[in-house]
Amino acid sequence: MTAPRTEVVVTGLGATTPLGGDVTSTWEALLAGRSGIRRIDGDNEWMDRHQLPVKIAAPLAVAPTEVLPRVQARRLDRCEQIALVATAEAWAHAGAPEVEPERLAVVIGTGIGGAVTLLDQDDLLEGSGLRKVSPLTVPMLMPNGPAAWVGIELGARGGVHAPVSACASGAEALAWALRLLHDGEVDVVVAGGTEACITGITVAGFVQARTLSRRNDEPERASRPFDVDRDGFVLGEGCGIMVLERAEFAAARGATVHGRLAGAGLTSDAYHITGPEPEGLGQARAIAAAVRHAGLDPSDVEHVNCHATSTVAGDVGESRAIRKALGDHPVLTAPKSALGHMVGAAGAVESIITLLSIKEGVIPASLNLDQLDPGVEFDVVTGEPRKIDLNAAVCDSFGFGGHNAAVVFTKV
Amino acid sequence: MSDPTEIRSGLADIVEEVADIDADEVTAEKSFVDDLDIDSLSMVEIAVQAEDKFDVKIPDDELAKLKTVGDAVRYIAENSR
Repeated sequence: MTAPRTEVVVTGLGATTPLGGDVTSTWEALLAGRSGIRRIDGDNEWMDRHQLPVKIAAPLAVAPTEVLPRVQARRLDRCEQIALVATAEAWAHAGAPEVEPERLAVVIGTGIGGAVTLLDQDDLLEGSGLRKVSPLTVPMLMPNGPAAWVGIELGARGGVHAPVSACASGAEALAWALRLLHDGEVDVVVAGGTEACITGITVAGFVQARTLSRRNDEPERASRPFDVDRDGFVLGEGCGIMVLERAEFAAARGATVHGRLAGAGLTSDAYHITGPEPEGLGQARAIAAAVRHAGLDPSDVEHVNCHATSTVAGDVGESRAIRKALGDHPVLTAPKSALGHMVGAAGAVESIITLLSIKEGVIPASLNLDQLDPGVEFDVVTGEPRKIDLNAAVCDSFGFGGHNAAVVFTKV
Repeated sequence: MSDPTEIRSGLADIVEEVADIDADEVTAEKSFVDDLDIDSLSMVEIAVQAEDKFDVKIPDDELAKLKTVGDAVRYIAENSR
């Protein structure tokens, strides 16, 4: 057990999600109990053409092309576009810190990266030949592209990193950012996750893995974490970015501090390539490690913002992991009920929600929890948001490949 | 097409589309890299679009020689079919 050498604080938040084009609109929609999930087959002819059994998703509320200059947008994959959109918000929110370029780093993960670019450019190669393939193809499809573009935009020369761990990527990015700041080589890290991969092959792949909800006739009721009638997750897209700083650096520049990133834990299952280890042992170790890293006792953690994707196996396994790591006292919520599953962005956006829950003293309700699965013996917030004074909360994220990430936020 | 004014105007439309540089800025003496801040990747896009628009072949070794807008206009005027 190693206590953090330096405190790390959160000074800026940015997001674009299925519920809103920024943090405020996303947060307000969550508190209002709105869903970002809808039928998308009308806008996406491939759904019918390929006879996909899934017709629903959680697309972005605001297209990044409405926000970015046209020429900038055309050089970027959508997952890169939204990384720049959310970073601009987070950086401005942090007051555009004046930091030496060599002491500014970027850690932005993605699960899938520029898959849509890969497909589009392959269509061009097959249909029109080499000349029509964009010279931007590789920088648009590479999974380090979002982090690299953000690094260029902010002039970050202290390192640019892109953890890739499927649905855990966003939370893992925050964990690595924390370690960079603890190492003391940088003062500020822009960290988070991004994903925009709602397209035929990803939906088909998730369908074939039997992981997606098919509740096409009730899109807003399709994502129902912890409910007995859940039948899979709903694919979403989005980006979440945090500006993290060494507390001394933030204090010296008079920054507004929104909370602390107090600890992080990363483990792996080494069990199955898609399925979580059923007892949640690896997940529990990640949560426990994050709490230890934060210098807290499990009893100090009052709330868990759950990964809970609405899959049959995943949600119960996670509840076992939380009980093993923390006990049965934390109050839970599952934001994927409203946001869908933003894959590599999920852990970052949900971390923002976790931080705001602490800061604002309110936990958004989990939608569609009509009957709690008997295997999940926890107090899950449903109906109205829960007003509650929180000092410490965990956000956990798990990914295909057996990646387990947990981060702990505390009140300042 | 061999009228330099028309070629410059057509080239300027391509540069505006690819690099968001006002077409009026794309004048003969301007350097693509130093004055218009166009990178090597955008130059490839501009060349491909120019090939289609002016029915001309611009091989990579020729493209490398086109430093200014005027160079490109001249090359296109002399080589378009």
